[in-house]
Amino acid sequence: MKAVITALRRVVALLALPVILLLVWWFASADSRTPAMPPLKRILGVLPDTWFGERLTGDVLPSLIRLTEGYLAALVIGIVAGVAIGSSRPVRLFVEPVLEFLRAIPPPALVPILFLIAGIGDTTKVLVIIAGCVWPILLNTVEGVRGVDPVLVDTCRTYRVSGLLRLRTFVLRSASPQIVTGARQALSVGIILMVISELKASTDGLGYTFEQFQTRFQYPQMWSGVLILGLIGVVLSLLFRFVESRVLAWHRGLRAAERTSL
Amino acid sequence: MLKVQSLRKVYDGHGRQVEALRDITFSVNPGEFVCVVGPSGCGKTTLLRLLGGLISPTSGTVIVEDRPVSGPPDGLAIVFQEYGRSLMPWLRVRENVELPLKAKGLPKAERAALVQESLAAVGLADAATAYPWQLSGGMQQRVAIARAIAFQPRVLLMDEPFAAVDAQTRADLEDLVRSVWQRFGMTMLFVTHDIDESVYLAERVIILSSSPTIVLEDLTIDLPAQRDQLETRSSPRFVELRHHVYEQVQKAKTRSAVTPVG
Repeated sequence: MKAVITALRRVVALLALPVILLLVWWFASADSRTPAMPPLKRILGVLPDTWFGERLTGDVLPSLIRLTEGYLAALVIGIVAGVAIGSSRPVRLFVEPVLEFLRAIPPPALVPILFLIAGIGDTTKVLVIIAGCVWPILLNTVEGVRGVDPVLVDTCRTYRVSGLLRLRTFVLRSASPQIVTGARQALSVGIILMVISELKASTDGLGYTFEQFQTRFQYPQMWSGVLILGLIGVVLSLLFRFVESRVLAWHRGLRAAERTSL
Repeated sequence: MLKVQSLRKVYDGHGRQVEALRDITFSVNPGEFVCVVGPSGCGKTTLLRLLGGLISPTSGTVIVEDRPVSGPPDGLAIVFQEYGRSLMPWLRVRENVELPLKAKGLPKAERAALVQESLAAVGLADAATAYPWQLSGGMQQRVAIARAIAFQPRVLLMDEPFAAVDAQTRADLEDLVRSVWQRFGMTMLFVTHDIDESVYLAERVIILSSSPTIVLEDLTIDLPAQRDQLETRSSPRFVELRHHVYEQVQKAKTRSAVTPVG
């Protein structure tokens, strides 16, 4: 019984602020005459028809697929490059200036250039996502690989743990908390870029739908899109948390043990 | 089995040269248990790292099993002082002990048997599925010892392994180390700052001077092979030997000050 009450309490605590904000929005916008800021009642009214019909498979799904492709590609590239750069001081010093230069370029600025190089299809959109997502992952991986404990390095040397075994069992796992931090940042960046990459020269997607609603002055629909996008962000974040809790269970346990022993 | 000849090590860094070892010469016969003791900062850990092939000497030779050392030698294991950091926190106890065996390329069944045997030898048969951070400090050090045993080394180096452990646990671990040595017969080099410990454990004690470090004395410990925390430590011969070692170490501490190098 106590567990049920505790669970209920947690749900209430999680939902309290969103519900309060929605209520404030509802009442504050109830009498709104400004076309661009319609009442929340109207926004919620058009939401199901706008999004739960054709658009779900025609726009939302393609967007999410491109996000997934770009994100996973950024993970692979970021981790592989991050390990290579972080493991070798000469390589790092050699590559660092160029990396700093490239990461400073905002991906939206790259969009026109990528259109010229890769056309206006799906590839370009995925490339935009990769261009933004790869940086937090790569840089955090480099830091994670650099920060491995020297005592463990000596342990691996003494016991002749080397090569792929060392990479899998030592380096990657030691760096995983840092890599996960980078992956979380990359997720936020990815969602934003997913929309931005679809604003121009696009034929489907969430960003494309936004543009459409905006140019046609369909403000309730546009606002409903904002809500949907926010919800997608929350769901993806929860998914991420779930995966993280599995991958980093040892890390949480370690930190808890360190805190209690002090 | 182990031989160091005119060993000298100078650390060069930040514009300062630190002579950790001036001239060290001694040898250890196969199957012997030798303790190295000396005042704080005399370079005991440096000596152990040189023997373990983790660093290389400025001059002089290090020979393990009739081969000059140029990197971690085959069949040599080290138990480090920082037990908490020498075990991988993302691996369970059993997996930590197994890792060097995986690196060795042993088949699965053999690995499992060795892991079980060595964990039993240190009294941790029940902790195989725990994570290191779930165990106490003394237990973590036992895991490190189990890992060394499972590796079946011919030479075992221990770097002040019980310095960070409470007195009662230390007494248990000292007896454990002696019983492991008597059971498996490897050559043991045990570095410590604890004079009582060195006399209790060893067949020979090598006393180092303070910086600039040389070998002050190579003392044979003629205590019986069967040793007991209570009886041995209160025996007249123990008291004599301890007194002598303590005297030497005190004299070493008040010797001439560090002569600057270079």
